[in-house]
Amino acid sequence: MTLAPPAISFQDVAQVFATKSGPLTALGGVNLEVAQHEFVAVLGPSGCGKSTLLRLTSGLMMPSAGQITVLGLPVTRPREDVGIVFQQPTLLPWASVEENVVFPVKHTKGRVGPAHRDRAREILETVGLGGFGKRLPGELSGGMQQRVGIARALFLNPDLLMMDEPFSALDALTRDEMGYELLRLWQASPKTVMFITHSIPEAVLLADRVLVMSERPGRVIADLKVPLGRPRSEESLRAPEVQEFAAHLRSLLIKPAKPSPKPEAA
Amino acid sequence: MTAIPDTSDTAPAPSKAAQAGAPQIKPPLRERLIETPALLPGLTFLLVLILWETLTRAFQVPTYVLPPPSRIVEGFGAVSFARWAEHVWSTFRVAMLGYVVAIAVSLPIAIGLAKSRFLTRCLYPLLVVIQSVPVVAVAPIIIVVLGTDDAPRVVITFMISFFPLVVSMTTGLMATPPELIELSRSLNAPAYREFTQIRIPYALPYIFSGLKISITLSVIGAVVAEFVAADAGLGYFIQFSTSMFKLPQAWAGLFLLVALSLLLFQIVTQIQKRLFPWSLPKETR
Repeated sequence: MTLAPPAISFQDVAQVFATKSGPLTALGGVNLEVAQHEFVAVLGPSGCGKSTLLRLTSGLMMPSAGQITVLGLPVTRPREDVGIVFQQPTLLPWASVEENVVFPVKHTKGRVGPAHRDRAREILETVGLGGFGKRLPGELSGGMQQRVGIARALFLNPDLLMMDEPFSALDALTRDEMGYELLRLWQASPKTVMFITHSIPEAVLLADRVLVMSERPGRVIADLKVPLGRPRSEESLRAPEVQEFAAHLRSLLIKPAKPSPKPEAA
Repeated sequence: MTAIPDTSDTAPAPSKAAQAGAPQIKPPLRERLIETPALLPGLTFLLVLILWETLTRAFQVPTYVLPPPSRIVEGFGAVSFARWAEHVWSTFRVAMLGYVVAIAVSLPIAIGLAKSRFLTRCLYPLLVVIQSVPVVAVAPIIIVVLGTDDAPRVVITFMISFFPLVVSMTTGLMATPPELIELSRSLNAPAYREFTQIRIPYALPYIFSGLKISITLSVIGAVVAEFVAADAGLGYFIQFSTSMFKLPQAWAGLFLLVALSLLLFQIVTQIQKRLFPWSLPKETR
């Protein structure tokens, strides 16, 4: 148990992009560790490199400096065992819900077997979309489309689930509903989740741990355990220590500890 | 699952509801006229024809200026059906060959442009230069180079119709949400599937607007080529007839040309409607 490698580990990871106005440091020396089956929320202002963090972890991008390992192995290329849920559902509008869910297999193997179809139906059932498999994405509401996006990410049963502000495009009510839905899914089959968000209540409700990031160049300025057990409900959010925790997060976000403008590797 | 798909922002079904709820109340006449298919455009065309006929007769407009529609109909009879068929076939063949070549050439170019910014920087200015060359002016040169059979006419048609295809296809291939491309990359799938399963289907709405523009352009291209050098085809026929002062039959040829263009345009539209309904804007499905 103690020998299990961390699901995700960043060591002094920096990311610099070439832009027209010169190099842009998105991440300036990030260190973090996520244990297996841990639910970690990454909280930060817009443009702090949260999404870059996610793309680095899934191997869609290579860091300019530093070392990233996933499940003990260095990330050198995109990893199939990382499921990604994007801010927008990003479904294929011409394909039915079921076709969208099996898309990862169709895309890699070129064809889809009956076992995969069964798995797709099963997973659609779990996300509350049983019976909607034949619909087109355009016929579903925004929340339901995002459920399809989640089903697609879970389809290959990934060890890691990366969620990039998955509910931020939804209306407030649907957003809350989807949060509880995600909790339920995660409790039923715990995975390592990296959940990018800029919503404090969302981070507090969902995560075991909250990583707070500074403005660009992004750095982890706080690593805080959420003072809440599981299962969680609306009630548990009202506890005073939780309120206090949320207030603390807010103060970190509003007055971020300004990092030195030229970050040296710590 | 209690959630019911929210139809308010998806399926426009108010007409059904109106029929079921209040069948006696009719919408205003003006709206009913607008909604009746083919009625208003048909009436407009009829009105134009009637005005055309009466005005040209009333003012005794000379036939070489503007023949009345009745004379144009007679003009159809002045030439045998076999000759008409020959001219139509010739124009149709050149237009279609040029169109197919344009599609076959522009798709790989568009894929190249979409895939590589390097290639875009190299090729795009060249494409714009080619597009800026007035094809009518180059046509005589092309005919000298390529001879007098179909080849130069197909090339001229191709030159006129391919640019909108390249632009629309490239725009379409670039319009894919970047997240889907990331999804594709994160799956380590074979690179070509990014195009066959994501980019090309996503580009279809754009590709079809290009195809619609280019199909009419290819008819224009065929006619331009026939003006320069041909011994058959509607363009050739119109030029030949006007030089003989047989204006009604030139007009008849023009009408056939318009009909051919419209028909081809409709075929492309119907292919899109039947095979790729999701690629159309919702209200036109």
